[in-house]
Amino acid sequence: MSFELETAANRESLRRVAIDPVSRVEGHGKVTLLLDEAGHVREARLHIVEFRGFEKFIQGRPYWEVPVMVQRLCGICPVSHHLAAAKALDPVVGALTITPTAEKIRRLMHYGQVLQSHALHFFHLSSPDLLFGFESPVQQRNIVGVAGAYPEVARQGVLLRKFGQEVIRITAGKRVHGTGAIPGGVNKSLTAAERDELLQDADQMIQWSRDAVHLARRLHETNGSLYDEFGLFRSHLFSIVRADGALDLYDGSLRLRDARGQIVLDHLPCADYATHITEEVKPWSYMKLPFITELGAARGWYKVGPLARVQNCDFIPSPLAELERQAFVAHGEGEPIHAPLAYHWARMIEMLHAAEVIRSLLDDPDLLSDNRLAEGPRQREGVGIIEAPRGTLIHHYRVGDDDLVSYCNLIVSTTHNNQAMNEAVRQVARRYLDGRQLTEGLLNHIEVAIRAFDPCLSCATHALGKMPLAVELVNADGSLVDSATSGG
Amino acid sequence: MTKQFLLDGQPVPFDDGQTILEAARKAGHYIPSLCWHKDFPPHGSCKLCVVKAAGRHVSACATPAKEGWEVESNTPEINGERRGLLQMLFVEGNHFCPSCEKSGNCELQALAYEYEVLTPRFRHFFPDRPVDASHPDVLLDFNRCIFCELCVRASREIDGKSVFALTGRGIGKHLVVNAESGQLGDTDFSATDAAAHICPVGVILPKGTGFAVPIGERSFDVATIRSKTLKESS
Repeated sequence: MSFELETAANRESLRRVAIDPVSRVEGHGKVTLLLDEAGHVREARLHIVEFRGFEKFIQGRPYWEVPVMVQRLCGICPVSHHLAAAKALDPVVGALTITPTAEKIRRLMHYGQVLQSHALHFFHLSSPDLLFGFESPVQQRNIVGVAGAYPEVARQGVLLRKFGQEVIRITAGKRVHGTGAIPGGVNKSLTAAERDELLQDADQMIQWSRDAVHLARRLHETNGSLYDEFGLFRSHLFSIVRADGALDLYDGSLRLRDARGQIVLDHLPCADYATHITEEVKPWSYMKLPFITELGAARGWYKVGPLARVQNCDFIPSPLAELERQAFVAHGEGEPIHAPLAYHWARMIEMLHAAEVIRSLLDDPDLLSDNRLAEGPRQREGVGIIEAPRGTLIHHYRVGDDDLVSYCNLIVSTTHNNQAMNEAVRQVARRYLDGRQLTEGLLNHIEVAIRAFDPCLSCATHALGKMPLAVELVNADGSLVDSATSGG
Repeated sequence: MTKQFLLDGQPVPFDDGQTILEAARKAGHYIPSLCWHKDFPPHGSCKLCVVKAAGRHVSACATPAKEGWEVESNTPEINGERRGLLQMLFVEGNHFCPSCEKSGNCELQALAYEYEVLTPRFRHFFPDRPVDASHPDVLLDFNRCIFCELCVRASREIDGKSVFALTGRGIGKHLVVNAESGQLGDTDFSATDAAAHICPVGVILPKGTGFAVPIGERSFDVATIRSKTLKESS
C-alpha cells in the first residue's frame, strides 16, 4: 500500500530536490522531494541508502560470538545490540533466569548507554536547532556554536555523555564495543573502587539531567505553537513495559496504545513478537516498514522511542523522573502528545530516569558479587527485546546442535519509526516548503523533524557537526537548474 | 670462556647448539616468532624471527649462534620486513579482530601492535573458509589459520594422534583434519589434547567460553608480547 505523498503520479514530469545526506543524525540517509512546476510538494520520502546485511553474515557463526559481533552495527548504541543479543542467547545456554548480579550489571550498562546516547543527541545533535532556531545561520548551528553561546549547557552535555561512557567502560571493559554481557550473564563484576568512582559524580548527573528536562520543557511552554504543532501526526505508540506497567528499558512485555491513548495490546510476551509485527518492504528504501499485524499496514504503524515509552508506561519508577512525566502528561491536557519535537522533552525525562537508576544501582551490593553466570538445559532459540535509546530493539536467533547460528532476525529501533519519520517529513514538507523558494534554512526544517526521532540510519556509523548537504534542482529532462551546498 | 655474538651491538652469550633466538631471548633480547615453540624443533616458516647475520637474512629460530657474529635484529630494515610479513598474514586469512574471541590473547594481533601495523597495506584475499563445528567441545575457525603447524606438530608428537595436516601448495595451502569426512567430530581429538591449547591465533577454540575473560584481564592486556615472551624465556 502507499500513503499520501509517498508516491507521486507522473513522477517523470516533476523536479527533484534531494537532501543528501541528512546531517546531524547517526548514519547516512537522504530525503527526496518531488515538486511540480508551481513548487507544490507531490512526493516526500526519507530513504535509507546503506545496506548492512548483519542478519545474513551472522549465520554460521558460533552463538557466543554474537553479542560482540552484532554490536558493531552501531557506534552510538552498541550496548543495546550487545545486551539484546545476550538476552536472546541466555536461553541457548539454559539461563532462563540470570543471576541478580548479572541482571543488575547489565541494567547498569544499559542505563549508562541510554544516558550517554540521550545526552549526545540532545546536546550535540539537536540543541543547535533548538537554541538558535531552525533557520539560524548555518555557521552557528552546531555544537561549537552552542559551546560559544551557551558554554555551561555544552559543558554539561559533554560531561553527561562522558559519565555514561564511564559506566559502560566499567561494566563492559571499553567505552565502545566492550564484551561485558555473555550468554548466561556477565563476565565481570564491579570492584568497590569502580563503584566509588561512579558514585562521585552520580548525584551531579541527576541534577544536570533535571536541568536538561527543564530546558526541553521550557521550549514547549514558551513556544507551544511551534513545538506542539511542528510536523504533527498521530499514530500508535509501542514499547515494552514492566509487568506492573512501569517504564523499564531493560526488560518487560510488549504494549501498544492507539493514538488516543487507549491500550490496544498488552502483556504480549517478547517471544511472540513475530506474531504481532509484520515487516513490509518498499523498493525505495533499504529500511523495512513494520506494522502491527492485527491492524494492517494502513493503520498499524506506530512510533517507538522516548515519546512512545514515556506515554505508554503507567508510571516511571524513579521519583524525579516520575514528577517530570506527570508534568509532560499534563501538557497534553488529556490527550497523548504526538508532536515530534516532544521527543526531546521525553528523551530528557528518560535521561533523568537513567541517572536516577544508575545512582540507585550503585548502592546495591550485588554489583560486587562474583555470582555472574547461570546455566541450565539448553534451548535452540531465543528472542531478546530491549528498549534501546531510539526505541524497541528486537534480536531473534536460532542455534543448531553444532552451536552455530542458523537464523537471525533483527528489528532495529529506527526501523519501527520508518513510517513515522516519513510522515513527519511529509507534514513538514506540506506546511513549510510547499510552493516556496527553497533555502538551506527551509530544508533544515525537514532535518529537524527527522532529528527529533534520533534515528540511527545505518545503526553503525555516526557523524556529528557539519556534514555536506547538497541540494540540486533538476528539470524533468535531468538538466540541473539550481544547486546549493552547505557544510562539508 | 663463554662464547658470544653481538646482537644489535650488544654481547649475547650462548652455549654450543643454541640458536640465535634461544640465546637472545635468554639474555633478555626480544626476537619475535609465531611458529617457534620450545617443545618442538625449529620450523622456520613464519619468518618473523628473521635477522641479518654475517650480512645474510636467516631465521633466528633455526640458525645456530656462532662465535663473533654480528647480528642485526631490532633495526628499521628488519622490523619493516617483519611488519610486511604480518601485513601479509592479515590479508591471507579473514582476521576480524573486533569480533574475534581470541582478541587480547592472540599472538598475531599482539605482534601487529608490537610492530605498529596501523593500516592495511595489501589487498585482502577474503578466502572462503567455512568453520568446522562438528566436534562437541572444540570449534575450528579456519579463517584465522596462519599455517604455523603448531597444532599439526602437537597432535603428532605430543598427543600421538596426527589429527591435523597442511595440504595444498603455495597460495592453495590450507589446514585439514585427518578424517575421511574432513570433520573434527569424526576424529579422536579431545579438548584436553595439547593441540587444543597451542594455537597462537583463533583457529582452535574451546566451545562456549568465548568472551568469558573480560577486557583488561586478557594475556596481552596486562603485558606486551615482548615482555611476556622475555619473561617466559628467562
